[in-house]
Amino acid sequence: MTRRPRVAVITFPGSNDDRDAARAIRLLGGEAVPVWHGEADLGGADAVILPGGFSHGDYLRTGAIARFAPALGAVREHAATGRPVLGICNGFQILCEAGLLPGALIRNRSLSFICRVVHVRVETRRTPFTAQLSEGEVLDIPIKHGEGQFVATPGELARIEGEGLAVFRYCTPDGEVSEEANPNGAMDGIAGVRDERGNVVGLMPHPEHAVDPDIGPTGGQPLFESLFAELLATLS
Amino acid sequence: MTVRRFAVTVTLKEGLLDPQGETVKGALPTMGWGNVTEVRVGKHIELAVEVEDAAGARAQVEEMAARFLTNPVIEDFRVEELPAEAGPSENGQGTS
Repeated sequence: MTRRPRVAVITFPGSNDDRDAARAIRLLGGEAVPVWHGEADLGGADAVILPGGFSHGDYLRTGAIARFAPALGAVREHAATGRPVLGICNGFQILCEAGLLPGALIRNRSLSFICRVVHVRVETRRTPFTAQLSEGEVLDIPIKHGEGQFVATPGELARIEGEGLAVFRYCTPDGEVSEEANPNGAMDGIAGVRDERGNVVGLMPHPEHAVDPDIGPTGGQPLFESLFAELLATLS
Repeated sequence: MTVRRFAVTVTLKEGLLDPQGETVKGALPTMGWGNVTEVRVGKHIELAVEVEDAAGARAQVEEMAARFLTNPVIEDFRVEELPAEAGPSENGQGTS
């Protein structure tokens, strides 16, 4: 492939991590394609990121209104062709509301907004964002959310665990999943999930804030590197 | 054309821990009310719907509640019809 991987970053009214996502993409060798939520075209992007923030003020429910955006139609088509989609924080909430990912995100068990670096364990390599990582690998990535408690109905949770759809779990620095390491009360410590096919992934931690050693941990970097390696392999 | 008014009550599904409800429950004994065994915090949404056919109004509200006003993964709802007077859009000049 002669060109750099192109990653669309969708900006909704109230998104506030779109620029950091675009910066992370550029920093790690990709080309960021800004897309306004009202556009129904992803500009020929190879992958798409739904960034964090508070789309539509989180009114009604987080992500409940953003899912009707014209850009979400394009995301659905993009996802249906098996190409990578990543929802970060509010982007994760939007993908759940849109039915592209299982489960839902509700208020943190503590009711507090939590902003700190957490450890997450990679649970599966069956996504483009983790294909180049190792299962059991621990990443340091910040979270910053008030409504990040992952929940699902008992049947849906059994399906998520049965089909290995959990991608990341909150853990101790040593990779042990425990209640103490769970910042928000998420069921089974789930920090991120994928769809059945594996190309659509959502997570509450912010990999785009963890790519620059000058300003903090770099646990987000491997996700972008994995995505770009996968894209370069399939596009060449 | 007639205007029918409805209230939709939204609560987290039974079996899901309700963090707001638990926090409110935990605070009640500090004010002397120690006998409250359950608190569920939800949402209350009022709607005024203009319809030709009054019978279809409730079905429409039920559908809106199921498809948009609530997330069936985490929430239950119930719809109640309200008395017609003093609705928010009785004058037909609802907000845009």
